[in-house]
Amino acid sequence: MSSANVPQVMKQGKVIPWFYLAPAIIIMSIFIVYPMLNTVVLSFLNKDGTASAATTCNLGQPCWGVFENYRYALTAELNITSFNTIWQSFWVSSYGNTLKWIFIMVSGTVGIGLGFAIFAERVKYEALAKAIIFMPMAISFVGAGVIWKFVYNWGTSQVQVGLLNAIITALGGKPVPFLSTTNLNTIMLVIVGIWMWTGFCMTILSAALKAVPDEVLEAARVDGASEWQIFWGVMVPIISPTIIVVITTMVINVLKLFDIVYVMTGGNFGTEVIANRMYDEMYKNFQTGRGTAIAVVLIIAIIPFIYMNIRRFLAQEAMR
Amino acid sequence: MRRSKINKMLNKIPTHFVIIFTMFVWLVPTIGLFITSLRPLPLINTTGWWTAFSDKNTQQTSSTTKFTLNNYIDAIVGYRGTNTYVEDCQSGSQSSSLKCNASDLLNPRGMGQAFVNSLLVTIPATILPIFLAAFAGYAFAWLDFKGRFLLFAILVGLQVVPLQMTLVPVLKMYAQTGMTGTFLGVWLFHTGFGMPYAIYLMRNFLGGLPKDLFEAAYLDGASHWTTFTNLVIPLSMPAIASLGIFQFLWVWNDLLVALVFLGGTKPVMTYQISNMVTSLGAGWHLLTAAAFLSMLLPMVVFFALQRYFVRGMLAGAIKG
Repeated sequence: MSSANVPQVMKQGKVIPWFYLAPAIIIMSIFIVYPMLNTVVLSFLNKDGTASAATTCNLGQPCWGVFENYRYALTAELNITSFNTIWQSFWVSSYGNTLKWIFIMVSGTVGIGLGFAIFAERVKYEALAKAIIFMPMAISFVGAGVIWKFVYNWGTSQVQVGLLNAIITALGGKPVPFLSTTNLNTIMLVIVGIWMWTGFCMTILSAALKAVPDEVLEAARVDGASEWQIFWGVMVPIISPTIIVVITTMVINVLKLFDIVYVMTGGNFGTEVIANRMYDEMYKNFQTGRGTAIAVVLIIAIIPFIYMNIRRFLAQEAMR
Repeated sequence: MRRSKINKMLNKIPTHFVIIFTMFVWLVPTIGLFITSLRPLPLINTTGWWTAFSDKNTQQTSSTTKFTLNNYIDAIVGYRGTNTYVEDCQSGSQSSSLKCNASDLLNPRGMGQAFVNSLLVTIPATILPIFLAAFAGYAFAWLDFKGRFLLFAILVGLQVVPLQMTLVPVLKMYAQTGMTGTFLGVWLFHTGFGMPYAIYLMRNFLGGLPKDLFEAAYLDGASHWTTFTNLVIPLSMPAIASLGIFQFLWVWNDLLVALVFLGGTKPVMTYQISNMVTSLGAGWHLLTAAAFLSMLLPMVVFFALQRYFVRGMLAGAIKG
């Protein structure tokens, strides 16, 4: 995007471009840039932003001074009696759960998406098959929450109206309260996320697969490679830049994810995630300082991806 | 077909099995929701939706019909009684806030009013960012100004800033200016947040147009403004369509922004459903009907304009 790309004739007036840019820049400054900086400031203050966070410390209890909200954000969910309890409480804390979300959801969406893209390429009804996997993208998280809450429904009576428990009882098992069983429930929530986002991964990966030149695949076959070897040794390396883009996009999405947990469990039964906990602190407990501190932790987790995004953009520009 | 050798190598039957099985798994939860939304309440709570077509059910319970539209009527008017709205209206025992005439369609607790509110939020919040992004995208693609590259790199970074980072300061701003609970506040917030991605997409699309076009227009004596309105806007219709669908689905399906800025004062569909889920008193008959109502419009938009949606996704891949 050097100025060499601009036609000579378009270079007139230093002011005109800013007329085109001003509305966008003003609205982004008001709604993204300024609030972001303000959030950082608020995270060092007390719950209504009137005094330093250090004033909220209690005597005789651990205190991080102005970083008190960060102490709360990072350690309040942990049980610090021994190493063992820290480890255990971490995995049901919002951070542990967010990590579980990232690992299961990213591997699930990318794995199923890639697998489905490869299989769907070989059938005539590819377009229909893809549209069905893609369809949940059009549904809100709230709608998906209702759909899956019904699938997971757990009845105390003899008849199970939830599909999953009906299958389990039909096979002779005991019905499971999926959403109130700690550890299991987070996995059940992640499945909803996978259901929603696999279509996204599949579409992008499928486009990348179709761009792999046929000659390359032919050459590998002539050399006697098996289809399995071609997949891992030729296709995956060629589309790896796309895979990385999809993975980073998914990680960012998961970090920000709020609605599924809010609708399905409200963060109860050990399902809290970072974004949801932030909402609870701000709008249920009215602890603005703590809530904003959690938001800052969230953006710190995202900063590496912002950096990667800009790097990727610069690389693309260099190739234009 | 391409890659005929792979086709030969893989036995076709497992391929079909995998794809059809996956499609089935992906569809069943939504089908379950839809069928349930059409069943009378006593049946929903006593039998699984997969038995809906068998005759045994109606014999066992007092219910005379297997399917009904009453759930939708109850959801639209927001009626949460033990009997249906129609039954209670006939016997005159409906709650006092309802009048049993057409005015009930816009009862503030119902999905009818929520549908109107969702439209009132979504339409301006879709048009406004596209409009502003077209201006800024044009400037970034074809106008020369100082700091063009740096500004655009910042924009790329802003794309992944989490919404949560900005909620508290914006809410404070709104409280001071009296904009809490107004549509204007939500429009502006969605516009601000939609901007980075929208500009990114517009700029990449417009940057791909041939340079000669702009030179010719200029040599014909067209001003920047004429070029923009008569050349750029008509040519960028595909990009505008992609963006439009994205922003429409994003705003329509959003819960967090609606929850924080509008809440119960002007409930949108996602808010109303999440409220039904978390508060007691709304059974599956209401939830399933309400969820399906909220999915209708995005589904229509999605299937009608899927092509543009996929195109926009492949061009940008990052949003939120």
